[in-house]
Amino acid sequence: MHIPDGFLTPEVAAACAVPAIGAVGYGLRRASRELDERRVPLLGVTAAFVFAAQMLNFPVAGGTSGHFLGAALAAILLGPWLASVVLAVVLVVQSFVFADGGVTALGANVLNMGVIGALVVGGLMVGAQRVLPQRRGVFLAVAGAGAWLAVMAGASATALELAISGTVPLGTVLPAMLGVHTLIGIGEAVITVAAVSAVMSTRPDVVRALPQGALA
Amino acid sequence: MKWFTILALALAIGLATAASPFASSSPDGLERVAGDKGFAARGESRDAPLFDYGTDSKLATGVAGFAGTLFVFALAGGVAMVVRRR
Repeated sequence: MHIPDGFLTPEVAAACAVPAIGAVGYGLRRASRELDERRVPLLGVTAAFVFAAQMLNFPVAGGTSGHFLGAALAAILLGPWLASVVLAVVLVVQSFVFADGGVTALGANVLNMGVIGALVVGGLMVGAQRVLPQRRGVFLAVAGAGAWLAVMAGASATALELAISGTVPLGTVLPAMLGVHTLIGIGEAVITVAAVSAVMSTRPDVVRALPQGALA
Repeated sequence: MKWFTILALALAIGLATAASPFASSSPDGLERVAGDKGFAARGESRDAPLFDYGTDSKLATGVAGFAGTLFVFALAGGVAMVVRRR
C-alpha cells in the first residue's frame, strides 16, 4: 500500500505529514516515559519483525498480492503511539534504502499504514476490554478483527488522499481499494493473531494491550 | 527478555532472508488498483541503495532482507535508547 512519489499533490502530501509527524512526535515523548528496560529491545524487535513480514507478499485473487502492514500487531504489543514510531522507522528505511514508497509521500504512508491502523486497534482493544469477557479467545478474536479493520481504514485513507489529489475519482478508487484489501486484511488478521498468540504464550507480560491479570 | 529478543529477531531475520525471495512478485493492492484504474504511470521511480529489495535475483532479495531487518532493528532500538535517556 506504499504510495510512490507523484500520486499525491504537494498540498495533500503536506496535509498528511502534519498528523503523521504529530503522532510520531507524541509517540517519542511517550516512549521516553513508558519504555522500561524490557521494552527497549521489544521496540527494536517489533520493528524488525514488521519489516521482515512486510517483505513476504502473499498471493490474493487474480494476479494480485498483499503484504502484512503490522500496525495492529505493534499497537497490541506497544500501544498505538509507540506503534506509530515503529511503523515510521520501518517506512523511513523502506523509502530511503529500498525506494519502496515515495519520499514526499512518506507522511501519507506513515499515516495510512501506521498511525490510523494503530489508533483504530488501540481504541478497539480498550473498548473491547470494557464490554467483552476477558478471555484469551476473545482477546485474539478482537486482535484479528482490529487487524482487518486497520487495513480497511488505511486503504480508505489512501483512496481519499488519491481522490483529493485529483489522481483518480473517489467513486472509482474507493471501491477498488476496499475490494482488494478485504482479502489482504484477512492475511493481516491471520498473521497478527498468530504473532500475538505466540507472544502471549511466551512473554504475556510484554503485551501492552493485555489487561492486568491473566486471561481465563 | 534477552532470549525472547534473540529468538524473535532470529525469526525476523530468517523470514526476511530465506522466505522473502519466494514471496509473491505480483503487484500489491495499491499497485494493482493503480494499474487497473490507469494512474500507475503517475508514480515516479527513483534510485535507492537497494532498489525494490534487489528484485534481480533471489540471492539479492535475501541479502536485502537480511541487511534491512538488521538495520531496522538497530535504528528502532537506537531511537528507543536515545529517547529513553532524555
